[in-house]
Amino acid sequence: MKNLQIFEKALPVELITNAWYDEFKDSNYGAIITFVGVVRNENSIDGLSFDLYEPILNSWFDSWQKKAKDKNAIVLMAHSRGDVFNHESSYIAAVCSPKRRVALEMIDEFVEDFKAQAPIWKYDIIDGKRVYAEDRSTKISGAGILK
Amino acid sequence: MVKVEFLGPINKESISLDIQNLSELSDVLKNDSDVSSWLETCAVAINDTLVSTKDVNLVDGDKVSLLPPVCGG
Repeated sequence: MKNLQIFEKALPVELITNAWYDEFKDSNYGAIITFVGVVRNENSIDGLSFDLYEPILNSWFDSWQKKAKDKNAIVLMAHSRGDVFNHESSYIAAVCSPKRRVALEMIDEFVEDFKAQAPIWKYDIIDGKRVYAEDRSTKISGAGILK
Repeated sequence: MVKVEFLGPINKESISLDIQNLSELSDVLKNDSDVSSWLETCAVAINDTLVSTKDVNLVDGDKVSLLPPVCGG
């Protein structure tokens, strides 16, 4: 199983999280922390839609895997491509670590860095149309060199 | 030729340009009304590696990607 998985549309949450638990429960990780992101019903949206750019997403994820390895931990992630409707899941992240404190801190950093740097673009689905969520988006570090 | 691709919401087909560096690309895109307003907020990758300076030379076959502001999850 790849540690970074991309799915078309909503994530099958139980399948993914159960598979991760089954794969890693015997690896002597004392802490397995899973973060499940669920699409909220707000601002009259029907859901969210996502574009991804996998080559840079993969290298971003690999850099996190190295960072986790330095602390004897691993990171796991699943994300949707395309449309995900309200109350479905589009994003799951997890950290497995021998130490509780490492996992608790890393899941926070991992999710925040994901929000700021991972090459994924979010759109609101409103009346069947995709509207770029510009006001919630963050410039990637180093943006603006061509201006 | 250098291939330039526009990711996510820029919603523009890739183009091929005969350019030698990112400064030349900047000059071309500033005059492209579909893209010029994105330049301030876009990050740039060459052959899928993000770069942090315009002072980079390009060679035939390189791919340059423009990445607008992101919001995963």
